[in-house]
Amino acid sequence: MKISVVRNILEANDRIAQQNRDLFTENGLLVINLMSSPGAGKTSLLEKTIDALKDDVGIGIIEGDIQSTQDAERIARKGVPAVQINTGGECHLDGNMIRDAFKEFDFENMDLLIVENVGNLVCPAEFKVGEDFKAMILSVTEGDDKPSKYPLMFRESKVLLINKIDLLPYVDCSLDRIKEDSLKINPDLSIFEISCKTGEGLEEWYEWLRERIKNREVIS
Amino acid sequence: MHEMSIAMSMIEIVREEMRKCDAKTLRSVRLNIGQMSAVVPEALSFCFEVITKGTEMEGARLMMDVIPLKGYCHTCEKEFEIKDYVFACPSCEGTSIEIISGRDLAVVEIEVD
Ligand SMILES: Nc1nc2c(ncn2[C@@H]2O[C@H](COP(=O)(O)OP(=O)(O)O)[C@@H](O)[C@H]2O)c(=O)[nH]1
Ligand SMILES: [Mg+2]
Ligand SMILES: [Zn+2]
Repeated sequence: MKISVVRNILEANDRIAQQNRDLFTENGLLVINLMSSPGAGKTSLLEKTIDALKDDVGIGIIEGDIQSTQDAERIARKGVPAVQINTGGECHLDGNMIRDAFKEFDFENMDLLIVENVGNLVCPAEFKVGEDFKAMILSVTEGDDKPSKYPLMFRESKVLLINKIDLLPYVDCSLDRIKEDSLKINPDLSIFEISCKTGEGLEEWYEWLRERIKNREVIS
Repeated sequence: MHEMSIAMSMIEIVREEMRKCDAKTLRSVRLNIGQMSAVVPEALSFCFEVITKGTEMEGARLMMDVIPLKGYCHTCEKEFEIKDYVFACPSCEGTSIEIISGRDLAVVEIEVD
């Protein structure tokens, strides 16, 4: 007997992500799902962003890693609350994990929640966690062929931060090619060229982010 | 590899559907896998085999149709196949493109006894 079904395999996760989303909206939170391959600079960007914004923005961070609590400790040293999720092998965070982690926060005075996803350019793009938008980092040391190799992540992201531009003189990587190829996949992508080491380009990112936080608060 | 968690979600859905019609064994499952989804069909097959072992689903055939990536241009209102992940309309070069298929990840049919 054949039975027609037609159900989205990710429906359970999508449902939980939507519940998270509703909870975040109720509390006037802007939530970013930050993705990249391992070592592209997610935690470094968070450290910089916290330093720049924490005096006037309430920030919370969820750190996702397969193992270890090192990233949450790095964030805690910056004086903002951080909750570590260890996925124990899973290559991505999902709605459930974020729902549980979020319970740990005192989110009364929080405006911005950033979720550092597990380092991986493929899987996290497929799983919503309840974010307003996805942001991704590509570091120049990874090469300029990555947009065409990992189109899904570039398509799903609203923001692309090209990091480690201080290393451009030492690698064969064309910023123009990265930008051109990623805009073909996602013409609405906002692109920032940054260095978390020298601080170059970060002001524009802070400015853009502040604007988002402001707009978010108006909506809710 | 997230095909394992995809396979588990899929089996949850299949199990629910089998319960609804009081089915005892599963013969096959048909899936739609979008061309632009982060799923490798071979890896999904492998995970499915591993986690159905010893269950009422063991030995079921997993059939996967890869769904090509198609877009809809909001400017000239035409549909077209998106080639090489270039999101621009071949007719008017517009870039306001909505994906209408190719991001699928769905159970579409099961065959049971
Ligand atoms: N030269 C240089 N190194 C950087 C930059 N950003 C991060 N790094 C280094 O890259 C490594 C990985 O950074 P981390 O933030 O832990 O990456 P994550 O795995 O994505 O969280 C660390 O050794 C950082 O110091 C940058 O802009 N320039
Ligand atoms: Mg990190
Ligand atoms: Zn058109």
